[in-house]
This record gives sequence, structure tokens and C-alpha cells, in this order.
Amino acid sequence: MSTTALPSRPWPQFMLGMRAFVPLAISIAAYGIVWGVLAGQRGMSVLEVALMSGAVFAGASQFVALDMWEPGNLPILSIVVTTAIVNLRFLLMSGTLYPLLAPLPRSRSLLVVAGVSDEQWALTMGEMREGRGSIAFLLGTTLACWLSWFISTIGGRLAGSLIDDPTKYGFDFAFTATFLALLLGMWKGRIDIVPWAVAALSAIAAARLIEGNWYIIIGGLAGSFAGAVVETMKERRDVA
Amino acid sequence: MSLEAFLTIIGMAAVTYAIRASGLLLANRLPTTGFAAAWMRHIPGAVLAALVAPAIATGGVAETIAAAVVALAFLVTRNLFVAMVGGVLAVYLARTFIGL
Repeated sequence: MSTTALPSRPWPQFMLGMRAFVPLAISIAAYGIVWGVLAGQRGMSVLEVALMSGAVFAGASQFVALDMWEPGNLPILSIVVTTAIVNLRFLLMSGTLYPLLAPLPRSRSLLVVAGVSDEQWALTMGEMREGRGSIAFLLGTTLACWLSWFISTIGGRLAGSLIDDPTKYGFDFAFTATFLALLLGMWKGRIDIVPWAVAALSAIAAARLIEGNWYIIIGGLAGSFAGAVVETMKERRDVA
Repeated sequence: MSLEAFLTIIGMAAVTYAIRASGLLLANRLPTTGFAAAWMRHIPGAVLAALVAPAIATGGVAETIAAAVVALAFLVTRNLFVAMVGGVLAVYLARTFIGL
């Protein structure tokens, strides 16, 4: 990437966001193909796949919805309620993007958060923690994320029976691998040990005890609360 | 597309957007300094740890080996793509040739 370009300019920032997203887009595409293949097996049409990936744009909830998808006898309310539960974590993610979006008029920022998803949020938060990150960067990651999910799910649906069992190729591990590497990239020092350990342990416990995707929001809230406690205690010690 | 499929997908999209928008609107009313701000700062890492930990904990030997490969690859190269491909390859090789 060019270091001579002014990084504060919107267009270079947008392109920077797009480029930074490429490794994640590959991981998303691997998952999108898997989802598209499964959607075909559940009897979803190409148009339905396109509408769902384009308008819902939330992988985890789309996987859960597939599980409940029965053409001719769709449990509409159950699918919508389950989707809300699986996607509750976006509440935290949109909230943490607020400092970045605060300068925008409300109507604009409400448009920007329509693209909030795990990967583009994680990447942009990583930038914000480094003191970088901008609205244009966020929009670049959003477009890259949306395109990779939209195209790969339709591609998977069209490829259909060519991939019989995607898990045997190891693609199912792409997300865990990506999230793990993203997490390691966020390491700021020993202050992160307690919140990450509390998040991991409470998420593992919650995943065993509670059905669904609650473990993500439970682990995230518990771990970050523990981090705030540790940080506040450290500040008091430093002052005293 | 059937009407029921259309309504289901529109319902999913509406509820998901409502959550994304609410996060932004609620953040407006939250304090920006002190404990709450520290809490917010720690959310990204904690959510990522919460996403990853159960997947690794409930995985088999292949996933554990692959997670170690991802960590090593990332710490050495600092490259997300290398780490991801390394992990997928490791899990594939472990499942195929070692049968873990």
C-alpha cells in the first residue's frame, strides 16, 4: 500500500478497507459456498438465497434459519424470533461503532450500521484500537463483506451438488481460524488476560448450558465487564 | 418465490436491522468515560474470545491441532490469510490422513 497517499482522505481509506478485508472475504466466501450448497438442499431458490443474503446479511442466523427451512410449511415466527436471538450481538457491535459514527447525521449513521457484521466490525474495531479507522474504511470493509457473502452464497447455491460434504475439506474451520487470528491481533498486553479468560470460560459454560448462540453475548458481556473491573482497579491503584 | 418465503426473509431482515439500529441509538445514551467506557473498550476482544473458545473446546483433536497452527502461523507471519489457510489445511490434513 502507498504511504504517500493521505490516509485521511475518504477514497484511499475506502480502498484500504476493501483491501484489508481480502483475507476475511476469502474466509467468508468459503462459508458462503457451504451455506449456498446447504440452502439448495433445503429447497431454497436462487432468488430466495439472493434476497436473504442481501437483505438479512448475517451468516450465523442464516445457518440457523436453514435448519428450520421447510418449504410449504415455513415456521415464520420461529425463524424470525430465532434470528433476533442469534443476531442480538449486533446490539453490542453497533454500539461500539458509535464513537466512529458520531460526527455523521443520524439518518446517515443509521444507514451505515445496516452493514454491521462480525468480520467487518472486528476489523474496523482493530483499526480503532490502533488509533486509526474511519467511516470510509468501515464502508470499504462493509462493501467487501457484503459482496463476498452475496456472491459466494449464490455461487454455492448454483454449484449445488458439486460439493457433497464441505466439512471434509476443512472449510468449516475457516471462521474459527480467522476469529482466532483476529483475537491474537488485538492483544494489547497483560490487561487482556483476565477479560479474554473470563469471556472464553463463560462462553464455553454458556454454550454447554444454554441452547442457541447466547454464549457469544454472555461471554462478550462477562469478559468485557471483567476487563472493566480490572482496568478500574488498576487505575485506582495507580492514582493511590 | 412463495409468499411465506418472502415474508420470512423480510421478517428476518427487519428484525436484524432493528437490532443493528438499536445498538447505535442506545449507544447515544451511554456514558463515554469511566467504567462503562472501559467496558465498551473490552467488548471486541471479549466477543471474539467468546466466539472462538467454544468452537475450539468442543472440537476434536484435529481442531485443537489446527488452532495451534493458526496461533503459530499468525504470531510468526502476522498475516491473517496465512493463519486462516494454515488452519484450514491443518484441519483437513489431520482429518484426512490422521483420521482425528
